[in-house]
Amino acid sequence: MVQVRRSTVIDAPIDAVWGLLRDFNGHDRWHPAVAESRIEDGRRADEIGCVRRFRLAAGGELREQLLRLSDREHSFTYCILESPIPLIDYVATLSLKPVTDGTRTFWEWRSNFRTPPGEEVALAALVGEQIYEAGFDAIKASFGQAPGTRARSPAAAAPRAALPGYRAIDCNGIVVERFGGPDVMHWARLLAPPPGVGEVRLKHSAIGLNYIDVYTRNGYYPLIEPPGVPGMEAAGLVLDIGPGVHGILPGDRVAYACLPPGAYAEYRTMKAELLVVLPEDIGDELAAAAMLKGMSAEFLLHRVHRVREGDAILVHAAAGGVGLLLCQWGRALGATVIGTVGSTEKARLARAHGCAYPILYGEEDFVERVMEITKGQGCAVVYDSVGRDTFLRSYEALAVRGHLVSFGQASGPIEPVDIASFVLKSALVSRPNFGHYTSTPSEVRSITDRLFDAIRRGILQVEIGHRYPLREAAEAHRALEARRTTGSTILLP
Amino acid sequence: MVKVYTSSVIDAPADRVWAAIRDFNALPNWHPVIKDSRIEGGLHADRVGCIRNFNLKDGGNLREQLLTLSDYDYSYSYSILESPLGVSNYTATLKLTPITDGNRSFAEWSAEFDCEPAKARELAELIGNGVFQGGFDALKRQFGGR
Repeated sequence: MVQVRRSTVIDAPIDAVWGLLRDFNGHDRWHPAVAESRIEDGRRADEIGCVRRFRLAAGGELREQLLRLSDREHSFTYCILESPIPLIDYVATLSLKPVTDGTRTFWEWRSNFRTPPGEEVALAALVGEQIYEAGFDAIKASFGQAPGTRARSPAAAAPRAALPGYRAIDCNGIVVERFGGPDVMHWARLLAPPPGVGEVRLKHSAIGLNYIDVYTRNGYYPLIEPPGVPGMEAAGLVLDIGPGVHGILPGDRVAYACLPPGAYAEYRTMKAELLVVLPEDIGDELAAAAMLKGMSAEFLLHRVHRVREGDAILVHAAAGGVGLLLCQWGRALGATVIGTVGSTEKARLARAHGCAYPILYGEEDFVERVMEITKGQGCAVVYDSVGRDTFLRSYEALAVRGHLVSFGQASGPIEPVDIASFVLKSALVSRPNFGHYTSTPSEVRSITDRLFDAIRRGILQVEIGHRYPLREAAEAHRALEARRTTGSTILLP
Repeated sequence: MVKVYTSSVIDAPADRVWAAIRDFNALPNWHPVIKDSRIEGGLHADRVGCIRNFNLKDGGNLREQLLTLSDYDYSYSYSILESPLGVSNYTATLKLTPITDGNRSFAEWSAEFDCEPAKARELAELIGNGVFQGGFDALKRQFGGR
């Protein structure tokens, strides 16, 4: 809890000072930080419970409620209901006392509040200096008196002191200059503007690397118009929130996996809707590594196709980020998991994560192996994110009435197919889109509840195979495209 | 019930002023009308409930009991047990509050008491202006202030 106390002496009788301060809606007439103020719902400014809604001269709107007003004690108490500045549980009291020794007035302004971690000093200075002391000086000036003498706090001199809520935050991030290879990504200056309606501003702590980031970068999916910031997944801390954001508070740890791209940045202002508040036992790096891939695994195994005990399932790229999760979760559901991998090291990794039959696709024909393992039956479902190189052969590995789920094309676009030929197996083919399974807060909640529960119960071990500094994102992309990564890769701002 | 309230501004940080006035037995060190003071029963002066027994320079003797003492609030309160003033149910509070503008102290001294109605005005003047303001004037001389 932060406590701010500021006090001064005004060379004027208490009744004169109280006459200026008593009007809860009158601060726009004397306080320089307040542009205009009105009382909501047509109430009077001295009705306890009334709410003043006001705009700051610097931009941003606040709502404050009158909790207590005492003419006898020359004092009132109020709290913040909504603010672009992350002052949490803010309650303030302004009180006057007469100085009988000379006709003067002692004025004290104090408050208690919480802030996001690390913002305590800067926000205490902001409140004490830009609100309270600025108010003192304005009232003194109205009585023709000089401003108070006071030592500047070092925090006030720091550029961040006035920041949260008021201004854009300068930061760095990765910008895709034009569509192309990893080299089109550059470390650049970015701005995280104050959050608007329905928005929050985050300080990222870890960013997830996904194959969709490659498609964002090379333009295969038209997700950004260069220059633009890629990245669909990250975890971090909520710095401040805009009007109309509910269920998320400054200081919350959150994660997301959603469109639009923009995660490759130190700070980000974005819609609050699809953010998930992280449980205490889910760390930031884990969340950044697991959100998009884990949510994908959840809907691939439970929604696109409902995997049942005894099913044989084939997972391509079984040692990749989503692959390892599909292997573990598939086995936990009672399926026999067969996987394709590119190296013996990846085969070991896949096996350690529940893949009963890792197939080295470079050495063995995976369709033949699948038929051997399933005694000629084929797989109930094939999860194929490889695309061009595997799609038709994946169909060959299907059982009758099997389900081919194509959820990516790491090897390139899939050639047009004549689905009439699928009659030979009555095959079902799906091309799920992440966004269509995760477009509402309730869908995201339902998916992440099951995902976090699976992590908590040890069903899913999320393998963070690689960590790169965010500014080396291009190198991470090269490794991902060259199939050099295993498990999840995260980028650290 | 008569109420007396006196306040002033002392030109020194509250912790310094508090250090001078916190000792319930130290009135003679800073208040000009007090001749001497002792704590009865050998108790410490910061023990709530202790009694200071002091003599005024003009000869009167008073016994006052410490009711509250707060280093957190820079304040103490006390009651008069015996005095030549002719007051009853007398309680008083002395309190400092930091003035962050200029790093000074806001000093308040207040009292409530019962007395004969005819003497109320005279006593309020004596206590508020004589004792309390007299004390503040001495502190202002010691620390500076206006």
